[in-house]
Amino acid sequence: MRSLSVVFLALLAGLGMADTAMAAGGADVLQQQCSSCHALTKPADASLDRLWERKGPDLYYAGVKFNREWLEAWLQNPTTIRPGGVMYAKAIKASADKTADTIDTGKLTPHVKLGKADSAAAADALMKLGADLNLVQKGAFKNGSPGPMAKMLFSKLRGCSSCHSAKGGDGGRSGPELGDAGSRLQPDFMVAYINNPQKFDPHIWMPTLGLTDADVQKLTGYLLTLKHTEAQ
Amino acid sequence: MNIRMLCLTGVLSLAGLSTFPAYADDATTRSARVYDTYCAQCHGANRDGNGINSTAMAVKPRDHTDTKGMGDTPDEELRKAIKSGGGAVNKSVLMPRWDGVLSDAEIDGLVSYLRVVSKSGSK
Ligand code: HEC
Ligand code: HEC
Ligand code: HEC
Repeated sequence: MRSLSVVFLALLAGLGMADTAMAAGGADVLQQQCSSCHALTKPADASLDRLWERKGPDLYYAGVKFNREWLEAWLQNPTTIRPGGVMYAKAIKASADKTADTIDTGKLTPHVKLGKADSAAAADALMKLGADLNLVQKGAFKNGSPGPMAKMLFSKLRGCSSCHSAKGGDGGRSGPELGDAGSRLQPDFMVAYINNPQKFDPHIWMPTLGLTDADVQKLTGYLLTLKHTEAQ
Repeated sequence: MNIRMLCLTGVLSLAGLSTFPAYADDATTRSARVYDTYCAQCHGANRDGNGINSTAMAVKPRDHTDTKGMGDTPDEELRKAIKSGGGAVNKSVLMPRWDGVLSDAEIDGLVSYLRVVSKSGSK
């Protein structure tokens, strides 16, 4: 018990972060430290301009999107999910010599880090968001085996890897990295999002591809197998 | 700081835009914004097929600045490719369909915009 609190204090001191959640609730943490960049309720402004101006991805449906455990861990140690930030088009450096455009990482800023108590409280509060919006159908993922073709669907036939990297960082960079999708995202959310990204984010640049349910099930099954492990 | 960043972004985007044909009107500006949002990720900030995703793709995105090649492609084919995807015009399915995201008016706007970018006349 004592050694635990020593570790905790050392962590706090080492990373220089403050925990405010002991007294305040998670909802307050979100309101005070997160709402300047993240929408916590469905935004009234659904314009293309908003997509360009917002400073972080929307979190108003976080409760039906993320796994709580992942949230709590990531908030303490945030890693890059979107290689080009929240709006890739603002971070692009146009190529001057007919090679590919690159991402100007100088335009991206590291994510705020929370302490242990604050991230637990924030994760709890985030998991309460969005359940009443009817965006995700419970049981949409039917839990079948992804089958031998699933990886091919992702990387070649349906063109997902044009925009997403799945393993080892190879793949496109305008969409979020999915190498950790199995730990990060709820399967029913993946089914709903792949079917219709604009239902969540009216002007997002992932196309609605009109895939069959069989394809969506296989792709989700494949993404669920992608997890970062200690060994990697 | 924020204002400085904003100004910087403004200057940068102006500098970027100046490499494209002069913006004749509002419709062109609007379509350029749509292009920057959805198409530049693959077709590139310079519209020449060299987007940030292009190195990860088995088929290279079309060079929209190619006057000859674009001039040989009729409006109807451009419209169909954007609306229903590469597969609908016997091209690669790595060119996605956009009918679930863009309205017909926005797609028509993009077809006209591609004529400006490629300096080719409408067919
Ligand atoms: C300065 C703006 C800013 C603030 C403040 C901020 N975030 Fe973020 N947040 C971002 C950006 C930008 C990303 C995208 C990072 C990425 O994809 O690599 C992000 C990503 C996230 C994600 C992952 C979202 C997803 O869809 O992948 C979560 C969860 C999150 N933030 C929670 C929080 C919480 C909780 C707070 C408050 C303690 C907070 N953020 C404060 C800008 C911010
Ligand atoms: C043209 C680029 C593009 C293509 C092609 C594409 N995506 Fe996406 N994808 C995105 C973008 C952009 C997002 C959302 C980014 C955000 O919320 O900021 C996204 C989000 C997702 C998400 C939700 C993850 C999250 O963090 O929000 C999943 C799951 C997903 N895509 C799967 C797929 C699958 C499977 C395919 C192939 C059938 C695919 N995508 C094809 C660009 C693309
Ligand atoms: C995921 C990457 C990707 C995105 C995003 C994308 N394209 Fe493409 N596009 C391609 C590829 C690859 C080709 C080349 C297909 C071929 O040559 O077989 C192509 C080809 C085309 C063609 C030529 C079709 C023909 O008949 O020759 C047009 C026109 C086009 N794209 C317009 C657009 C527009 C407009 C957008 C934005 C709304 C867009 N593309 C977004 C990948 C993409």
